[in-house]
Amino acid sequence: MGKYASDPQALKALVKPECVHRDVYIDPDVFQLEMKRLFANTWVYVGHASQIPNPGDYLTTDIGDQPVLASRHGDGSIHVLYNRCPHKGTKIASEPCGNTGKFFRCPYHAWSFKTDGKLLAIPMKKGYEGTGLKQSDASRGLKPVGATHVHRDFIFARLAPEGIGFEDFFGESLTSIDNMVDRSPEGKLVLEGAPLRYMHTCNWKMLVENQTDTCHPMVAHESSAGTAVSVWEREKEKGGPKPMAVELYAPFMSSYDFFEGMGLRVWPNGHGHTGVNTSIHADYSAVPGYFEQMVEAYGEERAKKILGENRHNTVYFPNIMIKGPIQTLRVFKPIAADRTLVESYTFRLVGAPDMLFERTLMYNRFINAPTSIVGHDDLEMYERAQQGLHADGQEWVDIRRLYEPGEAEDVTDLAGGTSERQMRNQFHAWLKFMNAPGDATSGEDSAQDREAAE
Amino acid sequence: MIVDSTETTRVTEKDLIDFVTREARLLDELRYDDWLALFAEDGYYWMPLEWQQSDPRLQPSLMYEDRLLLTVRVERLAGARTFSQKPKSRCQHLLQLPQVDEMDAAANVFKTYTPFHYAETRGDEITFYAGWARHTLRLEGGKLKIVLKRVDLVNFDAAFGNIQLFM
Repeated sequence: MGKYASDPQALKALVKPECVHRDVYIDPDVFQLEMKRLFANTWVYVGHASQIPNPGDYLTTDIGDQPVLASRHGDGSIHVLYNRCPHKGTKIASEPCGNTGKFFRCPYHAWSFKTDGKLLAIPMKKGYEGTGLKQSDASRGLKPVGATHVHRDFIFARLAPEGIGFEDFFGESLTSIDNMVDRSPEGKLVLEGAPLRYMHTCNWKMLVENQTDTCHPMVAHESSAGTAVSVWEREKEKGGPKPMAVELYAPFMSSYDFFEGMGLRVWPNGHGHTGVNTSIHADYSAVPGYFEQMVEAYGEERAKKILGENRHNTVYFPNIMIKGPIQTLRVFKPIAADRTLVESYTFRLVGAPDMLFERTLMYNRFINAPTSIVGHDDLEMYERAQQGLHADGQEWVDIRRLYEPGEAEDVTDLAGGTSERQMRNQFHAWLKFMNAPGDATSGEDSAQDREAAE
Repeated sequence: MIVDSTETTRVTEKDLIDFVTREARLLDELRYDDWLALFAEDGYYWMPLEWQQSDPRLQPSLMYEDRLLLTVRVERLAGARTFSQKPKSRCQHLLQLPQVDEMDAAANVFKTYTPFHYAETRGDEITFYAGWARHTLRLEGGKLKIVLKRVDLVNFDAAFGNIQLFM
């Protein structure tokens, strides 16, 4: 571990209100610190409860560089556990999701664990008599993460045993998840379909920042969305309604004025969203029957309020983004300082017409697939930035657009839609949680000691 | 569609095989306008995201694009501000001999199955893919046209970098 681990002042000096040092994107030591501190101290998205509806169901993922699994226990509770056998370290679950039956069984030596992680049995147990196993970590079963919280089926975990609480961390920002769920006439989402998985050779934060960067679409996406608009202008002479595809692409070419008018909201702890007043998702054609279903479920006033929210991108710091009006969720998984796996998931609004899910899937593959022309535009910019940042003599990255000296930090506030305030908000939170105590690797396990099964 | 079976019965297996190999060659030679012209007006190019996927509409895909969207892609590749094509990508198809799965002259439906290896390159990078291409073809005005080109990758569930061209 390099200088930043041992020198809090050096770390602090990386972030100024209006710019950040390039090391936050390119330095492997900073990346390692992010894994040990930032991804341990914050609440990180793990998965959706609809992926593990039945007892014995599990999913696997990573929180930063830590392999974890989420398990549905017999009593319906969800447990997020390190995906590591306490015996020799073997990963217990190897598939993205599955059902393990009544217990997990390590494939190496058959140590077995209940679906809440507790040790169930060890073969040839007599060999451990008098060895101190019962007092050791190994007898405690699959180690739980520091804390787990499920909000309207969205599973989050904090690796560090001690730290900020779930409600304190997210606060009002949860209204974006709530709005996405409320868009179902039954108030329920189901994660459906495989995620699009897209490898990026850039730092994970570039992707997160781009979610609220509204000064790039009309420039970087002129090639994709701009071409879609120009081809449609020519083709529409043939007649017929505007295709759903053109409705999805065209708003990317909206003017600077439009994006400024969308507005932006920041929340404490690095969360924020674009699209306060309107957004590029506000003007899609109505899906027949859907509004009537919503009125039936919620009453007209509330239905209009739910559907009147057109939040564009909501960033949940550190590394996910959701689109309420489109029902997608993107996870930006850090792999190395210059490598990020982006997984883009789709949700079905339970009880809503199929056409909404069709639109969700179409949007996801247009924008978030490795075959997406919009994705190609973006990745090209990230890659060039990852390479260009190595240029010496200019070590700072500018994030001062619409900055005002004395700008309040860590607050709920509104800004113009083309402001880079959310990027500044993220870096303020970044520094806060990079310095916060609670390094998961050094903390004592504060979870209650559990008796190993005899 | 009214089928002139005197025409469709003249389609041979060799015609189908020649069509599939020529289609790949057009892509390798970056002749995208000629390639687009191989598609029927209602033709689609489909890359599923799931094993033995049956539905392109309500199941996720890597691509499911009609002629309008394919035209957008082709025009984009040549665009002055298409920065992800500076430098340009190139590709190479290595096809196994296409197998003819269906020759239904009466219905004017012809289907082939072609295992392939595909390389896409840009700058110093080259990436290899493997999969199966399934063509559904139709005779129109004496010419075979693509009704559906379905491309299933063997590792459809893997994380990929940019795939910018057509397999």
